[in-house]
This record gives sequence, structure tokens and C-alpha cells, in this order.
Amino acid sequence: MTSAGSGLTLLQTCALSLLVFTGASQFALVGALAAGGNPLTAAAGAFFLGVRNTFYGLRLSQLLALPRGVRPLAAQWVIDETTAVALAQPTRRSARIGFTVTGVTLYVLWNLTTLLGALGAKALGDTDAWGLDAAGPAVFLALLAPMVKTTTERAVAAVAVLLGLGLLPVLPAGVPVLAAALAAPVVLYLEGRRRSGARDDARGVPDVRNAPDAREVPGEREVRDPTEAPEGREVAHVREEER
Amino acid sequence: MNTWIAVAATALGCYAVKLAGLLVPAGALERPLVKRLAALLPVALLAALTAQQTFADGRALVLDARAAGLAAAAVALVLRAPFLLVVAAAVLVTAGVRAMGG
Repeated sequence: MTSAGSGLTLLQTCALSLLVFTGASQFALVGALAAGGNPLTAAAGAFFLGVRNTFYGLRLSQLLALPRGVRPLAAQWVIDETTAVALAQPTRRSARIGFTVTGVTLYVLWNLTTLLGALGAKALGDTDAWGLDAAGPAVFLALLAPMVKTTTERAVAAVAVLLGLGLLPVLPAGVPVLAAALAAPVVLYLEGRRRSGARDDARGVPDVRNAPDAREVPGEREVRDPTEAPEGREVAHVREEER
Repeated sequence: MNTWIAVAATALGCYAVKLAGLLVPAGALERPLVKRLAALLPVALLAALTAQQTFADGRALVLDARAAGLAAAAVALVLRAPFLLVVAAAVLVTAGVRAMGG
């Protein structure tokens, strides 16, 4: 829709949706081109917005344990929505189903709406008047909610919000969100320091282990007790074979 | 032609970063610290995105009808409303506040 109004042809608009398939990057590219930007600068901005998908991929590759041959195909669908849906699932099977269904549905719908939007760019009128721009954050909030159960997760979310909003006016588009990702290592580091102070009195059970995903990866537990070692190794072994 | 270069560069770059995350060797991800970090990164990114999509207008921070919509979504979530209802609440409240001149 936006791109049709900024000098891209129908073919270019659809190619962008089909090939890039990361909403924020597409809008950034189109916006920069419309503003008369150099194509490579425009592409660099869009690229920055896409970098966060790498972090999603890191998480998804453990969670979905995709066969090597499938990964290049699945990669195109590694975006905000598919990650959030996959992470909300209790088991690997449902996570895979969630990822695939979300990926296919969004890919089809996104590209269909791009085509329709490009064809009848102005027919729809002002979508903002209908409050549809609030749907995006509401979806993210709904997907985020089950992921912030522990103190650690809440702290990460809070720091990320502060970084994301605080840096928005001063950094180029796309960079604040990446900077907000720093909330995760920062909070982990602070938590680690706090815990190392209290390490002597208990084999501290940090709240991260209550995280929704902790139960499906028993191998994740730090193996300090020798009796736990075989179990941990076995799980790691099984997971290796699944690949 | 220039536009095609931009489209192609963006497509390649964005695909490469998506694939990179999936291709990191599994061994590197077995370490507990890396695992915990990878689990927390989406939390940070989603939280920041939610906040930005609610309060950002370009590169400026604004408080407008979207904030009311998101608050409605939060209330719906606390009440354990189903997913679609949560989104509908956000959309309806945002539209309502805008209609009243918010």
C-alpha cells in the first residue's frame, strides 16, 4: 500500500513482500526510497531492522530442532510473529506446528494484502481511523504475556522497554530495538553477580528455571550433582540424534 | 533500476540474517548461559517492539489513542480473555478514543 504511493511498481512492491517478508524492513526501505534516499543506504536501514530476526533464529533452532535441509526454507519465516507463536507452545511438536501454520498463513496473507493494497492503494482509506494500528502492539503484548512469568523475564522486558523508547529519538530506525536486546545480557549479568554472592549457602535455584521452556530441556540444568550427569548427557544425546 | 537494486539488497540481507540465526551450530547453543540468553532475547525484543509500536510516531514519542488501546488489551489479558478478544479490545478502544477526538 505504502510502497505503491512512493514510486515502486506493482512488480517491485510484490517482489519486496515475497522476498523480504519482514514488515518493518519493507516499510523502512519504501520510506527511505520515497524520501529520495540512495538505494544502498535505504537497504542498509532495512537490513538493520531485520537483524533482530537472527536472535529469533537462535532461539528457534533449539526449540524446533529443524533438520538441516529444511532450515534454508524455514529461515524466510523467522520473524516476530512466528517466533512469538512458536515460543508460546508447550511442546516441540506444537511449536513446530505453530511456526509452520503461522509462517504459511502470514506469508500468504501478507503477500495477498500487498497485491490488493498495491492494486487499490487508496480504496481502503485511512486504516488508522479504525484503530487497526493498535492491533500490532496488542498482538505482541498478548504473545509476550506468557513469556514474562519470572522476575528475570520481567526485568528484561522492563529494561528493554526503557531502552527501546529512550533510544528511539537518538538512534536511526531499527537500532533502538537491537539495543533493547542488550537488556537480556545486562539483566543476566546482574543476576549472576547477585547470585554469586549467595552461592555458598545453597545450590541456588534461579527463577529462570521456572521459565516455560525450562521443563522441556532438562539438559539445560547446570550439572553440579554427579548423579545428574548421565541424565543430562542422555538428553543431549537424544537431542543430537533428532537433528 | 535503482529500486530493484535496493529491493535485491534488502531481500538478500534480510534473508541472510534470518538464516544465520538458524545455522549457528547446535553445540554453541548447549551451554546454559547461551541458552538462557537466547531464551531472554525474544522477551527483550518483543517488549521493545510493543512499546515502540504503541508510543512511537516516526522517531518521536507520543501518547495517543494507541496507548488507551494497549491498556485495554492489557486489561483483557489480565482477565484471561481469549487472544482475538484481546486484539479486538485494543482496536475498538483505539478507534473509540480517536472518534472522540483523542
